[in-house]
Amino acid sequence: MMVSRTPKVELRGVKKRFGDKVVLDGVDLAIQPSQSLVVIGGSGTGKSVMIKCVLGILTPDEGEILVDGQDITHLRGRSREEVLKKFAMLFQGAALFDSLPVWENVAFGLIQGHGVPRNKARDIAVEKLAKVGLGSDVAMLSPAELSGGMQKRVGLARAIAADPEIIFFDEPTTGLDPIMADVINDLIISTVKDLGVTTLSITHDMVSARKISDHIAMLYKGKIVWAGATRDIDQTDNAFVDQFIHGRAEGPIKMEVRA
Amino acid sequence: MNAFAAIGRVTLSFFRETGRLTLFASNSVSGVVRPPVYWWLIAQQMMRIGYYSLPVVGLTAFFTGGVLALQIYNGASRYGAESFVPVVVLVGITRELGPVIAGLMVAGRVAAAIAAEIGTMRVTEQIDALTTLSTNPIKYLVVPRLVAAVISMPILVAIADSIGVFGGYVASTQSLGFNGSVYMNNTMNGLTWDDVSSGLIKAAVFGFLIALMGCYNGFHSRGGAQGVGSATTNAVVTASILILAANYLLTNLLFTK
Repeated sequence: MMVSRTPKVELRGVKKRFGDKVVLDGVDLAIQPSQSLVVIGGSGTGKSVMIKCVLGILTPDEGEILVDGQDITHLRGRSREEVLKKFAMLFQGAALFDSLPVWENVAFGLIQGHGVPRNKARDIAVEKLAKVGLGSDVAMLSPAELSGGMQKRVGLARAIAADPEIIFFDEPTTGLDPIMADVINDLIISTVKDLGVTTLSITHDMVSARKISDHIAMLYKGKIVWAGATRDIDQTDNAFVDQFIHGRAEGPIKMEVRA
Repeated sequence: MNAFAAIGRVTLSFFRETGRLTLFASNSVSGVVRPPVYWWLIAQQMMRIGYYSLPVVGLTAFFTGGVLALQIYNGASRYGAESFVPVVVLVGITRELGPVIAGLMVAGRVAAAIAAEIGTMRVTEQIDALTTLSTNPIKYLVVPRLVAAVISMPILVAIADSIGVFGGYVASTQSLGFNGSVYMNNTMNGLTWDDVSSGLIKAAVFGFLIALMGCYNGFHSRGGAQGVGSATTNAVVTASILILAANYLLTNLLFTK
């Protein structure tokens, strides 16, 4: 239905290996504007590596990565920083800067990346913290004083602070209790999806994946083995997807005990 | 067969590591001249690297100066050359012991702290987070530490030189029966700018090596707490070795003409 539009983010035949270990073996993936795509897959299937390639933290060995139709695979320096301004990311462990108070964490991208004056950035930070359900009293605390769930919320506030066009979520619910996980899912929907931001998430939490996505792709052994709308995922006859979403030990996916 | 493979592996990893370090160093140095410059972070790091190292460096310099006086007296008195003690202490401290002792102490204190801090930021993905917030981690983390160390170390060594000479004075007047004002006079007459400046040049180079090894090892640490631990150890060991090696090269360069 949206075939004619330029995808917001597109991966074409992306390959990445570390030494002898092939992590990404030709990933083809397209995310349309305002789409929420969740990439599912077991641990160690290269989900994080894929995101790091898009962000430019890692450079793919082969293939292209396009953002708004522009090839960004080998951009460096200033032009890379310009592209990065479109992105934001919520890290698995929140990755808050422990040397800075909460508000400065949230305002970091505004102050450093966008040159917003500190006073103004601070007001925006408090406002974004409110959006994720945190009061202004939290703003002066240090990240170490917060619980895991609250750190995730601050991480989310930091991700949405500079109004990015694309947000990446790395295991947004991992390590949280089921209730907090659902709170985070709801926050992702209310702060991101409802605003029309394009998102790419990676997770192995199927409850979260179903809730926050409209499209799902499955990564296995460095390749996308299935991609489709979230509502179709239960009807697919793909054996990989079937095994994964039902969490069966038996099936085509063999757990590799050795990395 | 196996022996060749082992030699090959060691050689390859040596060149890989050297290449990676060179690349890291050149990226960092080129980051110094390109904006943005984080003045506040440089000031903060000068406080941590320079100011907070003062007690440690001062104490070691004091005792080193003292011991130097005692030993030189011991040797010189065999030839009746006791009067040379002040000048030899001065030259020894300003040329060699001031910068080297301060360098090694700061390597232990600062390279370890830098590697642990940046290493923890690496394994908790804080460095990746910097990238996603359009901030170059090299410019934000490495450059301020490098600049601060290169500025702080000469200042630190200048202070260490004074305290070291004072340590020699105290040992000479208290234990060796030197006359205080004669000792001071001899020291002042023996003072040359070349001796002091060569020590300060060394100090700046040592500062660069300390910050570079701390940052480099921290940046490339992996695998959680254990990885950060070994990065910290490596930072101190490599910084210390490089300081001693660079000291030899610099001495060769500065004094053999």
